[in-house]
Amino acid sequence: MLFKLGSLFMKPGAKMALLALAIVFPALASNEYQVYVMASAFVWAIAVYGLNIITGYCGQLNLAHGGFFAIGAYTLGLLTSDAGWSFWPAFVAALLVTAVLGFLVGVVSLRLKEHYFAIFTLCVGFIIYLLMDKWEELTHGPVGVRDIAAPYGFGVVDFTETTPFYYLVLAFLVFSIWFMGRLSRSLLGRTFIAIRNGDELAQSLGINLMRNKVLAFVLSTTYAGLAGALYAGMVRFIGPEEANIIHTFDMITYLLVGGIGTLTGPLLGTISIVWITQSLQFLEEYRMILFGPLLVVLVIFFPRGINGQFLTWMHHKAQTLSPAKKKKSSKVQTATSGEVKNNA
Amino acid sequence: MLKVEHLTKMFGGLAAVNDVSVDFEAGKINAIIGPNGAGKSTFFNLISGLHQPTSGRILLDGTDVTNMPSDKVARLGVGRTFQTTNLFEQASVLDNLIVGHRLRTKSGLWDVLINSKRLQREEKAARDKAMEALDFVGLTHVAGQFIADITQEERKRVAFALALATDPKIVLLDEPAAGVNPEETQGFAELMRKMVDNGLTVCLIEHKMDMIMSLADKIMVLDHGEKIAEGTPEEVRNNPVVIEAYLGGDEDAAA
Repeated sequence: MLFKLGSLFMKPGAKMALLALAIVFPALASNEYQVYVMASAFVWAIAVYGLNIITGYCGQLNLAHGGFFAIGAYTLGLLTSDAGWSFWPAFVAALLVTAVLGFLVGVVSLRLKEHYFAIFTLCVGFIIYLLMDKWEELTHGPVGVRDIAAPYGFGVVDFTETTPFYYLVLAFLVFSIWFMGRLSRSLLGRTFIAIRNGDELAQSLGINLMRNKVLAFVLSTTYAGLAGALYAGMVRFIGPEEANIIHTFDMITYLLVGGIGTLTGPLLGTISIVWITQSLQFLEEYRMILFGPLLVVLVIFFPRGINGQFLTWMHHKAQTLSPAKKKKSSKVQTATSGEVKNNA
Repeated sequence: MLKVEHLTKMFGGLAAVNDVSVDFEAGKINAIIGPNGAGKSTFFNLISGLHQPTSGRILLDGTDVTNMPSDKVARLGVGRTFQTTNLFEQASVLDNLIVGHRLRTKSGLWDVLINSKRLQREEKAARDKAMEALDFVGLTHVAGQFIADITQEERKRVAFALALATDPKIVLLDEPAAGVNPEETQGFAELMRKMVDNGLTVCLIEHKMDMIMSLADKIMVLDHGEKIAEGTPEEVRNNPVVIEAYLGGDEDAAA
């Protein structure tokens, strides 16, 4: 059930194997830190799935995505530390807050098209950063939010431990991907894709642009809020830097590398880059010298990312291997003879 | 069927469409011709609701659709194609067509979340409709191929199929035969006749005169946003105003 868009290409066995791998990963990891890194990769992957809805499927480049991630984190952080809420109610509130703010921002910003929308949301993202940095009465400014509550496990498990937390994040990730798969194959997902193909064509197909774009935007900010809230529960200390535009660009990179507008792309891109970054830690900032050219090469040769390339390759392989080739030519003949009959 | 009264569209001080009145009958092939920049595509955009007219009225089967947004106009049965159609290149032809029937369905986010009966039913209906449209344009054999892998002519047929999947009463075709060879042009003419035979009303913009003259029941000629002639191909062909508009300057005509 895990990776549905790939269902044409990815056999159910492969999905199950991937899920099984994720489940046994903590046992295979050589230390707790690796489990922690993987959990944080999953958190980012959830946010990238959100970005994939509005940017990958619906075609609107939203540069405020990192801002909504930070809003999710801050909502959870402030409610649990300052307001004294416990984790799960604050968690639900974080989802609601990002959804409502997403709606309000979406209704205004989606009146703009293409680059104008991207520039507008870039500004929205920066305003979110400024609010977190300067509105000290609410956000504590640059000091950040401390003493954020960790998720409690209703007495059954202790999510403050790394491994249980890893499974918690994994569960949310599986749900996120499952919903995404269902969405992308549904008429609603197809509606988003039609909007990506072109506003005018979509409208002439009877699609209400504003309603569908706002829906995609709210879904994406809710995903960001979910990821942000999990992030706050994981690191327990956040600051305005969470809203730094760099995170949005990181997520766009994950999306491009994995495969924009595909179902497995966000997961592949996020996990691979997070681990490459980890393994190049020793190079410190010099790792960007490796990263830059790598990205350039990738964008030139695999413009649709790893997964996009894989899907195209599988499709062409299926086309050439299938016996449909023979059938195809005979079908062409019947079609033409059918047309001839119609004309006569 | 489609009645346009004194339709005007101003872009700043320029009248792209100026006081055009015309009546397109049901079950006929209606052509709009005219030199480049005559306002033909703008005229289509006004009818389909992508642009709002400055003044005038548009009536579809008696319903006033003048200031209606384009998605509502589409739901009332106006299908259209564009000069270029952007499709999802890395998806199959069939996958690209399924959304064509979206406007006749109601499933929303909640249906997706619970995978409701309604969603399943509507998705099947949309898929069947896409196959039906594909069959109509004679492309069943490429249903599984990526858009990126089909020919230019097949792409144009897919654009037709997409418009047909919306269950239109009238289809507006913007230069359906542009950029295809004479043989394929013939194929498109046959396809349009087939549409009319199936009860549709066709309205097209085209530059290929041979095709128009043998195909259209009625021709409207636009020049500088104004209707300068209207009638059967024979009438239009012999109209001196039309000949002047196509062949050029006043001085030459006077001389």
